[in-house]
Amino acid sequence: MTAIRTEHLTHTYSVGTPFQKVAVDNVSIAIEEGEYVGVIGHTGSGKSTFIQHLNGLLAPTSGKVYIGEEDLWADKAKLRSFRFQVGLVFQYPEYQLFGETVYSDIAFGPTNMGLPPEEVDSRVRQAARFVGLSDEKLEKSPFELSGGQKRRVAIAGVLAMDPKVLILDEPTAGLDPKGRDKILGEIREYHEEKKNTVLLVSHSMEDIAKNATMALVMNQSQLFCYDRVEEVFGRAAELGQMGLTIPQVSRVFLSLAEKGLDVNPRVYTVEAARDQILRKLSKGGRGND
Amino acid sequence: MIKDITIGQYFPGKSPIHRLDPRVKILLTLGYIVMLFVAQNAWSLGLGIVFGLAAYLLSRIPLTMIVKSLKPVVPVILFTAALNMIFVDGETVFQLWVLKITREGIHTAVFMAVRIICLIAGTSLLTYTTSPIALTDGIERLMGPLGRFHFPVHELAMMMTIALRFIPTLIEETDKIMSAQKARGADLETGGLMQRARALIPILIPLFVSSFRRADELALAMECRCYRGGEGRTRMKQLQMGPGDFAASAIVVGCIAGVIALNLLIP
Repeated sequence: MTAIRTEHLTHTYSVGTPFQKVAVDNVSIAIEEGEYVGVIGHTGSGKSTFIQHLNGLLAPTSGKVYIGEEDLWADKAKLRSFRFQVGLVFQYPEYQLFGETVYSDIAFGPTNMGLPPEEVDSRVRQAARFVGLSDEKLEKSPFELSGGQKRRVAIAGVLAMDPKVLILDEPTAGLDPKGRDKILGEIREYHEEKKNTVLLVSHSMEDIAKNATMALVMNQSQLFCYDRVEEVFGRAAELGQMGLTIPQVSRVFLSLAEKGLDVNPRVYTVEAARDQILRKLSKGGRGND
Repeated sequence: MIKDITIGQYFPGKSPIHRLDPRVKILLTLGYIVMLFVAQNAWSLGLGIVFGLAAYLLSRIPLTMIVKSLKPVVPVILFTAALNMIFVDGETVFQLWVLKITREGIHTAVFMAVRIICLIAGTSLLTYTTSPIALTDGIERLMGPLGRFHFPVHELAMMMTIALRFIPTLIEETDKIMSAQKARGADLETGGLMQRARALIPILIPLFVSSFRRADELALAMECRCYRGGEGRTRMKQLQMGPGDFAASAIVVGCIAGVIALNLLIP
């Protein structure tokens, strides 16, 4: 089933002023349920504007957004309920924390949903568990935590709404590699357990290759392509023209292939690369026998 | 919506008005206010209007901006006009219970309204054509002599500059936090007064926290660059008066003289 669909979605900022700018231009896309989508694009390509349409924070200048089968903007009174179905984690989400305790902050979303207190409690604890926050941390003030912990609290605040679609706008920006891997691992775990749809905006092609099944590429306000990750990274030359890269290991393999070595350049993770090299080596070994 | 707040409504440009020294521009704006209040009859006020319009045309600021600048003061204009109409004695035109509207009253009301409109439009031109930084720079220099009386001129100007600089940043920040809380189902649009006030907490707390953080960072950055107040500080952009500034001053002085002359010639 389709989780999110857009039809000719267009958004123009500051219509009728000298600052008028088309940020999203005629994007039609259908994202299936259960996909893990990596959203790639240069700064200013319209990614952030696009994802803010998916939960109705921005209204399209023209075009439609469907969540499941329902038109997001058909009934403005229902808009809020869509925000619970499509959870959006903004860039640097730690700056939105306000609760007296970590617990009350994570509970903000589920409480707004009007859930009974027991349900809120179980959701808060579950979300905290997903992002690796211990029970004692729940009673602390969010402002006492470290940067990475704050970020995880903010992500838990959205996870606690148990959204069908989870969108994260560069959740690892400004974190060290360890913190980055930890958060991405937690998100993948959540995705695998809940079988929900995840959209991950990232500048790191390695992160996309490691986690996502599909890749959505935006370029100059338009949808460049939406396809399986392998297919998208197979178009390295076109991506290069947009100022985007492919994972480092793919670049290595591409140059190996160009130098005349018999390798398949469609390799995107270090693990796959290792396997291929080992296969080649063992084959070579057999040849010498 | 929140971006429509028009503080620091500067229109970049290269017109002769834009190029005037900010100090001169501030003083000439004061001159224009004097001109408007010296004017006693329709002819002299007319000269004031013509001067204002000419300045706008010269600055190439769209005339629709006059309307925009007047919007917030419409109630004030109407209020003063109404008061004048009712309380000025003279030949009665229309009477309703104890309220008398007199011929002189209408005259004064219109006169006052026009005067206030010119006043607002004229002073707005200053902020339209002067960048906030240039403006504070000009104010700092003009207030310089007050420093002799231990008045913290430089500190005040620095505070104004920083405040102006951070208005757009804070607006952007507010927008972001509002979006983030809305994404978690915060309801900012409906409910009673108490409910709405409570709905602001999730926005105001993060905003305060980030303002303090920014203030800390800025203070640290300033100290890292050895900022230690205004004493002995030189400037990258020295304010310098040019021929245009003298010409503009001459024109304003001429117009004030003209207004006085018209007052005397036409009673």
